[in-house]
Amino acid sequence: MYLFGYKLPGMSSLLVWGALWELIGRLDLTFFVPPLSKVIATLFSIIGTPAFLSALGDTAYAFVMGVLFAVVIGVPVGILMGKNRLLDELLLPWVNIFLSAPLTALVPVLMVLFGFGVTTIIITTTLFAIWIIILNSRAGVMQMNRSLIEMAHCFGASPLEAFTKIYFWAALPEILGGIRIGVIRAVKGVIIGQLLVSIVGFGALFELYSSNFLMSHFWAVLVVLFALAFTISELLAWLERRVAFYAAKR
Amino acid sequence: MPQTKKKPVHLQEAQAADNVVSVRNVSKSYGDVEALRNLTLDFPRGQLTSLLGPSGCGKTTLLKIIAGLIEADSGEVLVDGKTVTGPGPDRSFVFQDFALLPWATVLRNVAFGLELRGVARAEREDTARRFIKDVGLAGFENSYPHELSGGMRQRVGLARALSVDADVILMDEPFSAVDEQTRRKFQEDLLSLVKNESKTFIFVTHSIEEAVYVSDQIAILLPRPSRVSEIIRPGSFRQKSVENIRRDSEYLDIVDRIWASLRSYVE
Ligand SMILES: Nc1ncnc2c1ncn2[C@@H]1O[C@H](COP(=O)(O)OP(=O)(O)O)[C@@H](O)[C@H]1O
Ligand SMILES: [Mg+2]
Repeated sequence: MYLFGYKLPGMSSLLVWGALWELIGRLDLTFFVPPLSKVIATLFSIIGTPAFLSALGDTAYAFVMGVLFAVVIGVPVGILMGKNRLLDELLLPWVNIFLSAPLTALVPVLMVLFGFGVTTIIITTTLFAIWIIILNSRAGVMQMNRSLIEMAHCFGASPLEAFTKIYFWAALPEILGGIRIGVIRAVKGVIIGQLLVSIVGFGALFELYSSNFLMSHFWAVLVVLFALAFTISELLAWLERRVAFYAAKR
Repeated sequence: MPQTKKKPVHLQEAQAADNVVSVRNVSKSYGDVEALRNLTLDFPRGQLTSLLGPSGCGKTTLLKIIAGLIEADSGEVLVDGKTVTGPGPDRSFVFQDFALLPWATVLRNVAFGLELRGVARAEREDTARRFIKDVGLAGFENSYPHELSGGMRQRVGLARALSVDADVILMDEPFSAVDEQTRRKFQEDLLSLVKNESKTFIFVTHSIEEAVYVSDQIAILLPRPSRVSEIIRPGSFRQKSVENIRRDSEYLDIVDRIWASLRSYVE
């Protein structure tokens, strides 16, 4: 973006919105929107507190575990579906259903099954992330060059070797694309899970702040979450661009 | 007594061993499409046999059945007297579209056949370097396939097929995706390869000139369903130097004769 001939750094439009927020907050229209400056001051005051750090730790743990399961299960399942017609016919309808299903509605069921704890949150995170990872890995295998498979077969590759030396690498760009979208969904999954369980991590903090009408605390945590989610997604997009270089060349 | 009984068996074995690959009464259909019907063909050891015929006549199908990549509906393929049930170390394949790993260097691509056979890294890379030099790609060991021209990529595919040291090398229209000059150079190189390596080559092409130029034996396949209509064994010009083959009168006669028998199958 250019202003009066000067190139502005990316996302400088956020300053405009920040100023608007500050203005509305200062006007004191509603207790619900405190000025941005107050939110930021609160943010720095709570960011080092044990309550915040433990919430961050719990969330990061559930998030990482959830994504890990989604990747470790989703990628092989997707690749196998791409390889095997029968498996594909069996699983594809379910994958498509779960991909578009309102998974939030499943969380209460998960709570009954797995309790009000971190297990439920990890499973929720996995459920949010895994379907797109499966679908993308499958698509990656389906578009790959058939003669690579024949080549591997011809030179005596075992099924495991074909999987780890051919299928995985041939589908890698699509797999990474799926993981990026999956991770963004996982951020939603981990937060929604925590909000519904509401005694773990940020869910507990939200519960605490909103029931005590600590609005600037509430907003501060929200800003942190948004920033985290955005950073993760940008990081993955950067990673994907580096792989896309070779994807374009194959 | 036992010795006199053994002798004919031994003789038979010696005769059978002349043909390293034998295709016996092979049929193959894809649904309603009958690709091969009752096809029988022998491939003499140490020679180059071309499978020549119009597009869609089942050349690739036959080659892949010999490779063990697809199964025949009936009939059998013998390699060194043993029935083919799948791919094996006695056969290697050069693919029409090269089939190189885009994420691997030339060195790893050439060594990939050996990698799959469990050869240790240092050893297989030594072998690969030797064949990379042989096919004229020295200096490109660390390049990636997308950095090479089509002709160079096929040299990588050829080096990979040679490095596993199989007795039989199957080639599916290996030069069809490279330009005309490169293709001529390839054909000359192939002739010296057949002369210098004691390997059997089975070479699929749809080019009459190419088949006559490189082959010791040409099997002409006619389509729908595919069968061997004629086997031609060029004689005199095989001994000539590469520059003189295309001017040889027998070479020109054979090209004409094949065209005469194939022309009615070209729409
Ligand atoms: N996988 C397949 N499924 C259905 N039909 C096929 C398949 N492969 C080949 N065919 C058919 O079999 C015939 C022979 O094919 P192919 O062996 O590829 O011939 P060529 O290599 O001589 O061009 C063609 O009519 C082709 O359409
Ligand atoms: Mg073909």
